[in-house]
Amino acid sequence: MQSLVIVAHGSHLNPDSATPTHTHADTIRATGAFDEVRTGFWKEQPSLREVLRTARGDDIYVVPLFISEGYFTERVIPRELRLEGWDPSLWDSDGISADTATLVASDIDKEVHYCGPVGTHEAMTDVLVRRAESVTGDPSVGEVSESADSEARQTESDGGFGFAVVGHGTERNEKSAKAIEYHTERLRETGRFDEVKALFMDEEPEVDDVTEHFDSEDIIVVPLFIADGFHTQEDIPEDMGLTDDYRDGYDVPTTVDGHRIWYGGAVGTEALTADVILERAADAGADIGDAIARVRQQTKPTTLVAGD
Amino acid sequence: MSAVESDLSEIQLAAFRETLAEEPIEYDGLAAEYDADEEAYHIETPEHQTSVSADDLGTVAAEQAAYITNWYFYTQQVGSEIKRAFCRWLELAEDHPVPDRYDALAAGIDREWGQLRITTTLADDGTRRYEVRHVDDSDANTDTLTTHTDPFDARDIGTLDADGQYRPLRTAPSLDSGWLFPDLTADEVYEAVEAFYPATVVNWHREQRGELDIDHWRDEQDRQSGIYNLITVLPDEAVEWATAACCDDSQCLKRREWELSEDEPLDADGGDGVFPCREPCSMVVAAGREWAKLEREDTQTYEFELTPSEKEQLEEIVDAVADDTVDEIREADLDESANRYRVRYLREKRFDDDGNLSGTPTRPDGDDNDGANDTDDHDE
Ligand code: SF4
Repeated sequence: MQSLVIVAHGSHLNPDSATPTHTHADTIRATGAFDEVRTGFWKEQPSLREVLRTARGDDIYVVPLFISEGYFTERVIPRELRLEGWDPSLWDSDGISADTATLVASDIDKEVHYCGPVGTHEAMTDVLVRRAESVTGDPSVGEVSESADSEARQTESDGGFGFAVVGHGTERNEKSAKAIEYHTERLRETGRFDEVKALFMDEEPEVDDVTEHFDSEDIIVVPLFIADGFHTQEDIPEDMGLTDDYRDGYDVPTTVDGHRIWYGGAVGTEALTADVILERAADAGADIGDAIARVRQQTKPTTLVAGD
Repeated sequence: MSAVESDLSEIQLAAFRETLAEEPIEYDGLAAEYDADEEAYHIETPEHQTSVSADDLGTVAAEQAAYITNWYFYTQQVGSEIKRAFCRWLELAEDHPVPDRYDALAAGIDREWGQLRITTTLADDGTRRYEVRHVDDSDANTDTLTTHTDPFDARDIGTLDADGQYRPLRTAPSLDSGWLFPDLTADEVYEAVEAFYPATVVNWHREQRGELDIDHWRDEQDRQSGIYNLITVLPDEAVEWATAACCDDSQCLKRREWELSEDEPLDADGGDGVFPCREPCSMVVAAGREWAKLEREDTQTYEFELTPSEKEQLEEIVDAVADDTVDEIREADLDESANRYRVRYLREKRFDDDGNLSGTPTRPDGDDNDGANDTDDHDE
């Protein structure tokens, strides 16, 4: 019997914080790849302390639904799960390459496979692309010659798009900037977007000045965050000038300083994130059959997504 | 016993035979074994002792058939030991032998788990079905409730209270009503309860077996890091107040089993809930951090001018907020201390333009840093 345990931050204040965790758990549950899918939270119930005892499997895969390596993945989660003998060096990571470590969780006296965070997996780049497609409503966004629906972009430019990946910055966690840079580079390598840049909330280059950092008339902006909360729904839209007051909402796209800003919100809410969770578990040895292919297919957007 | 029609199905009989081919059965008042030499099944229940051939297994007395369907349900249909224990608790299995239970299940056996009312009933083949609704809806006509079939819907039902406010503590007694899971299987009822009250069944089960691992306040203090390190300086006395404030049954339905330490019990009442609380939850730790900050302040002597009624009014306002009764006070009920007009009147009369009670400054030395709040404390 195989169990998947998704662990996430959760919140005492924001009811939407746990939504992506639950949604992705449902998606994975529906594939039948695991005999059970459990969720546990730092701030909600079941707590990280008690989530493992809700899992029955002989093979337990723990996947942190976090953006980067750092304080939570290296200290809080292993401590709360009671992973005996844990040390961050077991991941042998350069800050973005954590894969898996197998340790006994003393809470249940069983081995569990503790995987690296979702945010640093290479498949997360695909989720960023998917979010670009869903926020513009164009599955070929950026690929000028192939764009199926240039009208959906409402763009009169040459069809090229800039892409800004947004993160907190190093103030809170040095490795969080590494994850941003990593996906920025990978997006750049696809050659699909005219310009790809990493922007930050609390350091240069700042997301406030997004239009100054791009020549492209159309700019897709996606925060590398797991859940929508006050940073992604209030601060960033106001900082970029999409709206004076987030409560009034904003259009997608909104024109700011002559650029159309396609603001996508937290990437972790994109349905394809479930695929990255599966990838993490599969990398750690989970036998999940064709679940990845099915989730990729099933989470394809069928309708346009509006940002607010 | 009363005649209970428990027809044994082919599937049940096959499972019974296959199990007995391997080993004897002893379950919940049923003892059975297969005698290969005689090619006979010996079946013993409190009222009958029979030996039958394989062909006649389907003709056993109703009492024996009930014991066999009961065995089949619990050992072949319910997925795990914890679910089994929970389903048995739901039908008061430890208190009543199978025939009595089957009679009671015909009408339905009700049990309460937090604010859930769970009713177990029985299909003809011994399979249990479960209905879950809010205790406040016990007498509600099912037509008036919103029906759900997916046990995971319980997660969304439990997210907001009746006023649309977020419930960060799922075990708070603020579960919204008006919904119904009319017909769940054993596995599904477990998942629904797990979604309403996460990890409560597993901890209850550990407690039932005498294996509940409790982490006391001092263990929690020792474990914290980062911003929650601050709870290490919370005075013990404050832990008393915190548990009385947060863990009371009026605030949380878990029964607090943790203390200051194993040898240092807390005076506050742990509550009467069915399911235990085995360590301070993240809400209490986060609150403890705030109180640790506030408790760093020294007391100060103030002089206020108040009439006796005004002093009482202030005390009653605090009660009204703490007991969450403000919403119950009628607009024109000026007898109530926390009535809005009375409170506005008091503010007009006794507060100066800066909001100081009786014009008495909070910090006479002019230091307007309240010292209790520092900002960057969000780790979410
Ligand atoms: S610590 Fe108190 S408030 Fe928190 S779950 Fe336990 S009993 Fe409830």
